[in-house]
Formats: sequence, structure tokens, C-alpha cells
Amino acid sequence: MSLAVRVIPCLDVDAGRVVKGVNFENLRDAGDPVELAGTYDAGGADELTFLDVTASSGDRETTFDVVRRTADQVFIPLTVGGGVRTADDVDRLLRAGADKVGVNTAAIARPGLIGEIAERFGRQVLVLSADVRRVRGADAPTPSGFEVTTHGGRRGTGIDALEWCERAARLGAGEILLNSMDADGTRQGFDLELIGAVRARVEVPLIASGGAGAVEHFAPAVAAGADAVLAATVFHFGEFTIADVKESLRAAGHPVR
Amino acid sequence: MPPRVVVLDYGSGNLRSAQRAMERTGAEVCVTSDPHAALDADGLVVPGVGAFSACMAGLKKAHGDRIIGRRLAGGRPVLGICVGMQVLFDKGVERADPRAGDEVTEGCGEWPGTVERLEAPILPHMGWNTVRAPRDSRLFAGTAPDDRFYFVHSYAVRRWEQAFQNPRIAPPLVTWAEHGEPFVAAVENGPLWATQFHPEKSGEAGARILANWVATLPQA
Repeated sequence: MSLAVRVIPCLDVDAGRVVKGVNFENLRDAGDPVELAGTYDAGGADELTFLDVTASSGDRETTFDVVRRTADQVFIPLTVGGGVRTADDVDRLLRAGADKVGVNTAAIARPGLIGEIAERFGRQVLVLSADVRRVRGADAPTPSGFEVTTHGGRRGTGIDALEWCERAARLGAGEILLNSMDADGTRQGFDLELIGAVRARVEVPLIASGGAGAVEHFAPAVAAGADAVLAATVFHFGEFTIADVKESLRAAGHPVR
Repeated sequence: MPPRVVVLDYGSGNLRSAQRAMERTGAEVCVTSDPHAALDADGLVVPGVGAFSACMAGLKKAHGDRIIGRRLAGGRPVLGICVGMQVLFDKGVERADPRAGDEVTEGCGEWPGTVERLEAPILPHMGWNTVRAPRDSRLFAGTAPDDRFYFVHSYAVRRWEQAFQNPRIAPPLVTWAEHGEPFVAAVENGPLWATQFHPEKSGEAGARILANWVATLPQA
């Protein structure tokens, strides 16, 4: 027996409501992240991730409330990302009931934030979220051909993605959430080349994200080096369940819970 | 009267989950740093996240080491969770700054041994793993061998030192898990029990663990 591959549904939350559509039967309120979290927990999710896309800081309080109410009812690990800029932001989320916090843009702007968070709360709370794409023709190349992006993949940074992941892990990231912006939305499967390339460079757990469109897509991501797999739309629209994904992983010889 | 449990608050971190998960067992739960409440409770939970050195410093500042010692001297139950288990051992080598090298910090010394970095290809050990509990374990009573518990740590006790044994004294019951190598996943020893994993984050299997501990609490 060994560590199980984690299957993680991700919910985008805006001002306390789930966005990007969720289409489940038997939900009283498909927009309520707390109810959805409970549904995924019952369905065998190994962790939950909330991505807070709330634009206005005035609505941030609703995020804390959602985290609190979720932690009160769901007894599996909860990661909250989006808009985390300081170690104090992390403190507030942990106190509300988050177990881990995702950091993305703020760490690119100021890599020292990674060490600050790790030193104060331990590296296990820090999930470095990296939105990565292949460098396109006219852009300045990076050594690996992959670069880190911001603004949901719309803006390149010129930072080499593999070097960034390696550096973030060295600075204190406990885990890397690797979002392939090339694969995201294609439903053609995870970016196996990217997963393998990052796996070869870091020794922290790797969560693969972006591109899942079928149950068969998950096992190859694990074979390429992912320790966990994350998806949103396919779960929200009930195209297949977490149990289906686990069955497929188990059939491929990967341990699951 | 439900048993009264105190979750010792000696720093930041997610204590809300520990409180709520413990409440699910039917216990009356209070999260506090008040030494009197911590001494008086039917059961004391010592949580812990972050590095060994930082955790131990926080615990000492809150007189947590003394509180644990006083309770144990009186045979009153204590449950350590994650780094809250690690600090019960003699020593730990993890420092707060992840870029700095390891350095030895003294722990509470309730159990012999050093909390060291696991030798495994991927660290932290993060996720759901199985454990091998002794047959007569009360902590794991009612769980199945393939039940999984949520771990998140890079350091652990890799050797159980069999010091100071005596046939008149029941030896600690040690539960092992494996990540790269075997390590101590839980200990049951008189009034002092502890888990390296997070029962409060381990779904239904974890709820069983907490309920098993609460069921042992003698009520004042």
C-alpha cells in the first residue's frame, strides 16, 4: 500500500457563489459552494479547492464566511486560492478553516512572499499555483519553452516555468498546482509533457490541472508524474464522477482512497 | 454530561476543523490558551502545524509543555495531532525557515526518539495513506486495514527506541505507516495518545479515531 492519488474538484467562487456553472441534480442550490463541497465530499473527493475570483475587496468577507461554513461541515482538506497577497491574508484564511492556501500572481511579483508564508505557517500550507503555457512564436523564448503567465493565461511573464517551479519549491512551496493554459478548456487531456518536465525538476507533490475531458485522461497524468489530479467542469456538469475517475485510476494500477 | 475537551490554542493555524470534528463526537469543545481550562478539561488536544522548532517555541510560550506534563502526572488524557505529536518526543530537527538547514530542538521528552526528515522521493508526505495498527489498538478500533488517513508532513519518527522497558509497565502501542520508509503514525501510551495524521481531516475514518479517543475520557 502507498499514498493514494488524490482527486480534487475545484470550485470557482465569486462573492460567495459558485460561478462557471454547476449542473447537478438533487441540489437545493447549485450555486452554494458549501452544499457542493458536501456533495463532493460524499462523492469521494480527497480534497477540495476553492478558487476565489471575487473582484471587489468589499465582497471578500463572504469568502471567509464560505470557508468557515465549509470547514464546519466537511472534514477533508480544503485549499483556498485567489487574491492572496500577504502572510496576513494566509492567516485569515487558515483561521477561517482553510488547511492550505494557493498563491499565484503575488508570488511572481514578490517571490519573498513564499518564504514568509512557509516560515510563519509551515510549507505544508502553501500551494504554489502556476499558470503555464508554451512560449509562442513571436515571444521571447525561455530555456524550457514553457513560461509562467498571469491574468488567467492571457499575459506572459517571460519567466521560465520549470525554473519558477523549482525556485518556488526551494523557497518553501509545499506543493505545486500546475495549470496548463494550453490544455485548459480543450478537453483533450492533461499536458503530459509539461507534467513530466516539472516532475523532473521538483520533489514536492504535483497537482495536474487543465485539459481533463474524459475519465481516461487521468491515469496518464499520474503516470507522467502527477501526485494529484484536479478538474472542475467535468465534475460540475456531472459528465463523470469522482468515483469514475478513481475506478479508472485503480484499473491502471494507481492506489486510490 | 458530555466530556469536556480543550483544543490548546498556542499559535495560528486551522483549529476550527479540530474543534468541529471533535464536536461531532458529542464532546463539549473549547479552543483556548487558558492553562486552567487546559488542565481542567476531561481531554486535552494538542494540535500543531508548521515546523517543529516554531511549534515547540509556541507551546513553551503558552506553558503547553508544563500543562501536558501536569496532566500526564495526574493520568489525565492528552491527544497530540501532527506536529502536536512530534513535540512529545525528545528532539526534532526541523527549523522554521525552509531554506535553513536542520538544527536540533528539544521537545517535551515524553517519548524517546528524534523527529527527522523522511527519506522519500516526494516530500511533504501529503495525502491519504494506510496504517498498520496493532491488533489490540483502542484508537483504531472499528477501522478497516484499507482505511486511509490524511497526512501532511516531511518529518517523522523513523525509529521507536525501546528504552526503559519493564514487564510491569505496559509498553506503548505503536502504529506504523510508510512513505519511502516506515515511520510512526500513532502512539497509545497510558493517558498519552497521538497521531501523525490529521484525524480531523480524515473524513469518516478520522471521525472514528476521534470518537474512540473521546470514549476513553474519564469524566470529572
